[in-house]
Amino acid sequence: MSELSKLKISEARDALKKGEVTSVELTQACLSEIEKADALGAFVHKTPELALDMAKAADANKAGGDLNGIPLGIKDLFCTKGVASQAASGILEGFKPEYESTVTTQLFADGAVMLGKLNMDEFAMGSSNETSVYGNAVNPWKRGNDDAQLTPGGSSGGSASAVAADLCLGATGTDTGGSIRQPAAFTGITGIKPTYGRVSRWGVVAFASSLDQAGPMTKDVRDSAIMLKAMSGHDPKDSTSADLAVPDFEAALTGDIRGKTIGIPKEYRMDGMPEEISKLWDDGTTMLKDAGAVIKDISLPHTQYALPAYYVIAPAEASSNLARYDGVRFGHRAKLEAGDGITEMYEKTRAEGFGNEVKRRVMIGTYVLSAGFYDAYYNRARKVRALIKRDFENVFADGVDAILTPATPSSAFELGAMKDADPVQMYLNDVFTVTTNLAGLPGIAVPAGLDKNGLPLGLQLIGRPWEEGDLLNTAYALEQSLQFVAKPNRWW
Amino acid sequence: MSIDIETARRVAKLARIAVPENELPELANEFSAILGFIEQLNEVDVDGIEPMTSVTPQRLKRRDDVVNDGGQQEAVLKNAPDAREGFFAVPKVVE
Repeated sequence: MSELSKLKISEARDALKKGEVTSVELTQACLSEIEKADALGAFVHKTPELALDMAKAADANKAGGDLNGIPLGIKDLFCTKGVASQAASGILEGFKPEYESTVTTQLFADGAVMLGKLNMDEFAMGSSNETSVYGNAVNPWKRGNDDAQLTPGGSSGGSASAVAADLCLGATGTDTGGSIRQPAAFTGITGIKPTYGRVSRWGVVAFASSLDQAGPMTKDVRDSAIMLKAMSGHDPKDSTSADLAVPDFEAALTGDIRGKTIGIPKEYRMDGMPEEISKLWDDGTTMLKDAGAVIKDISLPHTQYALPAYYVIAPAEASSNLARYDGVRFGHRAKLEAGDGITEMYEKTRAEGFGNEVKRRVMIGTYVLSAGFYDAYYNRARKVRALIKRDFENVFADGVDAILTPATPSSAFELGAMKDADPVQMYLNDVFTVTTNLAGLPGIAVPAGLDKNGLPLGLQLIGRPWEEGDLLNTAYALEQSLQFVAKPNRWW
Repeated sequence: MSIDIETARRVAKLARIAVPENELPELANEFSAILGFIEQLNEVDVDGIEPMTSVTPQRLKRRDDVVNDGGQQEAVLKNAPDAREGFFAVPKVVE
């Protein structure tokens, strides 16, 4: 039964319920695939014994939820009790939380099985998974017969790679500026960032608290609906968690989008956009129209200011959140020399423990929050953020139900290709995704086609706040029209 | 906006990150590039716009002022690089 790890969550759930397969069999199939896939750099802390214990417990518990017995990978950003959780950073080396994140608590309560922790960019800062202390995660896809290793995207690169390569049935991701949707697009899988507040952030290592939101990364839209439902819900431990009922997202998947209005924002048609992406977007638009949706040209005039606003707000919040990594409470502490005081301890510990991108962002955040620049940078960025949010509110008020855009400005690029690039060039990867984080809206990436080199490309749908069910249904209708079935050729 | 070496040194100090002297010029260059990108925000008319403080228009919830979680000294200290006799230990801070 070597094909078991290729199952979708929905298929495995149904097979488990019928008794055609056991969780132990599913879990063993995944563990065996993980053992053969070290070249992908996806799993960075493997937990096979724990996984088999959880699988046995799931098999014994016939009354579990939809995820009962389903083997998942967990991004290293989620704190998991007693299991290394280090946000891919050297500063959290050896850290084993004494508590469990709310998301993983809920997944495990539903019966899910944890296979291990997944690679990511350090503290979720990056768009190529090259800032990880564990080394790169690698995209299972390759360009034709070219041997070059490609990025799976970031920061949830390990999650994307693991799902695309069938090492697990689904994975958790987090999205601060596009870190679920961009890697999903680069690897030909589905990923949804829910409305800010839908999923608890408690126990997820914080990067930029007003933007961070966890979500599922899965093989199709139905699986995203199933997993999102299990992850969602009010949590008194997160003061920004919304006290709203969680709908049955899977039940919303009717595929009927007749009469829905889909907005096509003109500002997303960027100069120099590759012809393939432009065509994909047009084809997606036609498909939604053929499915009965009304297509409407819309304007989101402040779109071009989203990335610069993000690169003020996210580093500002990061500089504050990462102040706790000081060598006192957890993880790494630098070796001190005679006469070194506590300031030297902080400075040396942080210099040794943080990678370059994290240091850069913490310092940019420190600068934009410093006296004399707070108004010019931080407050101005928050005002622009308010305008970006208002752009969306205006189009929703005009009757738009969802917005269709490309997910990324290119297909996956070569690992190392951006090594000498300006950091700003790397930031452009998130140009289509970052607006939804600033506005707190739900966004989903679905695989939509292959480029001329045979690499996956994704489309993004952005929805109204709290209407993930409706958004997932539109994505489901698009998925049914697109019929994306390509898989990477196995080389690992 | 161009960032000079002195400013880069000051920011590194404020962020409590040791940066060797010979790396300051490159750091200043990187800051200049990123801040140059951020400068675009000056093109936006933000007159009369309130800075956004919360993504969703909900009032931040407040907990009752009661102890609901405590007595976890061992768990709190478990991951400390240096903990002794129930405390976090750090280099001498008072002369």
